[in-house]
Amino acid sequence: MGTTDTNQKTPHIKIRDMTMAYGSFVLMRNLTFTVNRGDVFAIMGGSGCGKSTLMRILIGLKSPAAGSVYYRETNFWEIRESQREKMMKGFGVLYQSGALWSSMTLAENIALPLELYTGLGKNDISELVALKLAMVGLAGFEGYYPSEISGGMRKRAGIARAMALDPEVLFFDEPSAGLDPVSAKMLDDLILELNAGIGATVVIVTHELPSIFAIANNSVFLDNQIRTAGATGNPQQLLTRSENPAVIRFLTRGEKTAGEPKEP
Amino acid sequence: MPKPQLDTRRTAEDSLQFILAGKWKTGLPIPSAVAIFGSRIEGSRIRKISFDSRELAAWDTSLVGFVHQLSSQCAFAGIEVVPGGLPGGARRLLKLAAAVPPATDADKTVAKLSFLDRIGEAGLAAYRATLHTLEFIGELALSFQRLLRGKARFRKADILEVIQACGWQALPIVSLISILVGLILAFVGAVQLSLFGAEIYIADLVGIGIAREMGAIMTGIIMAGRTGAAFAANIGTMQVNEEVDALQTLGVSPMDFLVLPRVLALVVMMPLLTVYSDLLGILGGLIVGVGAMDISLIQYLEQTRNALTLTHFSVGLVKSVFFGLIVGLAGCMQGMRCGRSAAAVGQATTSAVVIAIVGIVVTDGLFAVLTNALGV
Repeated sequence: MGTTDTNQKTPHIKIRDMTMAYGSFVLMRNLTFTVNRGDVFAIMGGSGCGKSTLMRILIGLKSPAAGSVYYRETNFWEIRESQREKMMKGFGVLYQSGALWSSMTLAENIALPLELYTGLGKNDISELVALKLAMVGLAGFEGYYPSEISGGMRKRAGIARAMALDPEVLFFDEPSAGLDPVSAKMLDDLILELNAGIGATVVIVTHELPSIFAIANNSVFLDNQIRTAGATGNPQQLLTRSENPAVIRFLTRGEKTAGEPKEP
Repeated sequence: MPKPQLDTRRTAEDSLQFILAGKWKTGLPIPSAVAIFGSRIEGSRIRKISFDSRELAAWDTSLVGFVHQLSSQCAFAGIEVVPGGLPGGARRLLKLAAAVPPATDADKTVAKLSFLDRIGEAGLAAYRATLHTLEFIGELALSFQRLLRGKARFRKADILEVIQACGWQALPIVSLISILVGLILAFVGAVQLSLFGAEIYIADLVGIGIAREMGAIMTGIIMAGRTGAAFAANIGTMQVNEEVDALQTLGVSPMDFLVLPRVLALVVMMPLLTVYSDLLGILGGLIVGVGAMDISLIQYLEQTRNALTLTHFSVGLVKSVFFGLIVGLAGCMQGMRCGRSAAAVGQATTSAVVIAIVGIVVTDGLFAVLTNALGV
């Protein structure tokens, strides 16, 4: 399973001294952390601290103001745009709203990446589409439009589309936002299954504590006050060992300001 | 006793007690805290205010609002307000309102700009808008180049869908407007020409007027309001829903996938619609000429045929291609530049239509000058 620590960790995404900004407004500076291969990595922090912006930088939609992002050894924002676009095909992204293309059916949504990049025949594609939809529990919904299904189903369909090209990295932007607790739990389980099943590295932007503790084995906490990473590491361990009061406040819903006393 | 009532009682030399009675509910005539402060408290020797709410029949936040306002007035004057006599719920709400002091750095009032500053800002904004437009046209040109090399990625179904939307689905409205414009031109001309007994020239007036100018312009304006607005709203909503981002992460250029098919379809369909509009406009003129002015059908058609050269017709068609390009560009550009809110989609749609119509009329003016200079 992706949550258990493996002995040999190879870095997959390295963020080094990165600053992100809108114009002259600096959101975060000197971000340095590493996402290992097979991690379920949570980007956490309060509302408006730049979690989603960080994700947009990682998936190639916004350039950092300074610093670098490495995928393995490739400096993601230094290479040419065409090369970066090629790398982006290895990412699967679930956007906050699902971002399914509203003028296409679920099947067409999932088929589009396959049509564009695989050169498979029609029958093969529709078989793959059916499989991906079945994996997220939406078998039989091929002909539905995004507007005809519920928010939870839209997110799951979004995941199916994100998985269409068997990505190396899956990004989730607040996957359980706006979902009821049971659907949120189902989504968490699905993410874990996918992480273990297809072996993709998973990066989740979230502030849902139950999700963080249930699925993340590594994390970075973006601290709004000091405008940089407040802590990095396993969220469970951060809860007991972090020295940073902001991290503890976040992880305990503001009920505690210091870590629990270390066990002997 | 439904009305809110307010009495005061001096409890000591420097203390005033407000006696609240009746219903203090929103919609009833609640006394003004500022007025009461001005008339009863300000300038007096009162240093302490308390309340008695035992006679109070009912209350809601309007009572809290009254006390809150009174308190802030008193705070300035250094007068103590004791909320003890208020209902428990109201005391809690007051405490809640006072818990977080008003943010001092969240003030959004912007310094008023002078007249010259505003002219400068407007000039810079226009400059930036021009740059954006040129950039967009450049991107579209690159996208077109990719299309020619067979590298542009979009769905064939999309282009057919847009052709349908700005093709035969637009026919009813184009028909109606074109016939009416033909009728109007003929009527206006008929009144003047009949003064000289030259009614037969209605056919020339309508034929040339419609083919050269009105057919293309009216079709352009209809398409700006119908299709251009739809492009902006459609792409703008996709922008809000992150659907455009989803395309980009897939390595698909939104320019190729969304803009190119729409602009292409419109550029192809506009001349066809214009031909249709020309025919119906001439039909409108014919209805007036034959129906109201005593010209025979054959005479009218013959006169139109003589007046209308291929040049007139082609000028209209060439313009319609440009109009299609303008409408498509304006709609798609505003959609792509749309912000991420529902209000932004509305703005994008509005400005798409405005830009397209202004663009059409200005381009038409340029064509008038150009064709005049070239003698066509």
